[in-house]
Amino acid sequence: MIWIALISAAVMLGAAIAVITLRDFYSALAASTVVSLALSVLFVVLRAPDVALAEAAVGAGVSGVLFALTLRRLGAKGAAEDE
Amino acid sequence: MSSRTFASLVFTLGLGLILASVMQGLPLGGAPMQVGQAIVAQAPEAVGTANIVTSVVLAYRGLDTLGELTILFAAATAGGLVLSGRRPSHATQSQAGFILRTGAGLLFPFLLALGAYIILHGHLTPGGGFQGGAIIAAAFFVPLLSRPESPFNEAVASVIEGAAGAMFIVIGLLSLTNGGSFLEPLLGTGELGELFSAGSLPLLYVAVGLKVGAELAGLLVHLGGLGEAG
Repeated sequence: MIWIALISAAVMLGAAIAVITLRDFYSALAASTVVSLALSVLFVVLRAPDVALAEAAVGAGVSGVLFALTLRRLGAKGAAEDE
Repeated sequence: MSSRTFASLVFTLGLGLILASVMQGLPLGGAPMQVGQAIVAQAPEAVGTANIVTSVVLAYRGLDTLGELTILFAAATAGGLVLSGRRPSHATQSQAGFILRTGAGLLFPFLLALGAYIILHGHLTPGGGFQGGAIIAAAFFVPLLSRPESPFNEAVASVIEGAAGAMFIVIGLLSLTNGGSFLEPLLGTGELGELFSAGSLPLLYVAVGLKVGAELAGLLVHLGGLGEAG
């Protein structure tokens, strides 16, 4: 159990660092959904399956789609173009 | 060091001090919540839910759930209001590739069944109206993503949303007529672990699931500029 928790924490940290270092908005968005997915695994390890389901459905699913649609609406391709 | 950096440094230090002093008073590792222990001890008999979280969300704190639904409704309405003004001019609305189209068609019934299962078994297994509603919204959105021209009736979605919200409040008011308090569970508790148990809680979760699903699907379709109006 402790190894699953440690691995998901490491995945979360790595993905979170990727979110702020990646230049492409869509790649950063994909990394942020990875953070949510790893967090939901952590919630299962902590015996909170209700919260894990909510995190997977809302954090990884709906909010990811919401961000992707907003990016498309704004016509953003990546940070590199704006600067 | 600029004055701005200095000011933020002072602010961070002060915030850290406040949080540290609060942490000093917290009994970490203990179980100071007697309410939680009492609920865990008596919820299965008193409410009849195998999933204790549901008994808290819908029975002990049903009014909070109604507030949550109201917040979600206000947020979705405001989002729709802001987004309805301008259609994205650059939206390509092109067909997706063959694999995405076939996969979306294949996923749709399974996602719908999973969402319905999670809502209907909210009082038995982890999950419930909010999680299942989000999955149902995703189920309706995936085919739209692959085929932008496929129909999504926003009028029907808003009718379902309103009816489900009204159903939640009407069930709450029905408890009042029985002499109980608002949103008190009705219809007895039934046998623990059965699908038809826990009284009116499954009905409340069906209302929550329909409302959340219709709301989120409508918001996503609006944001994507898809569906009938798109």
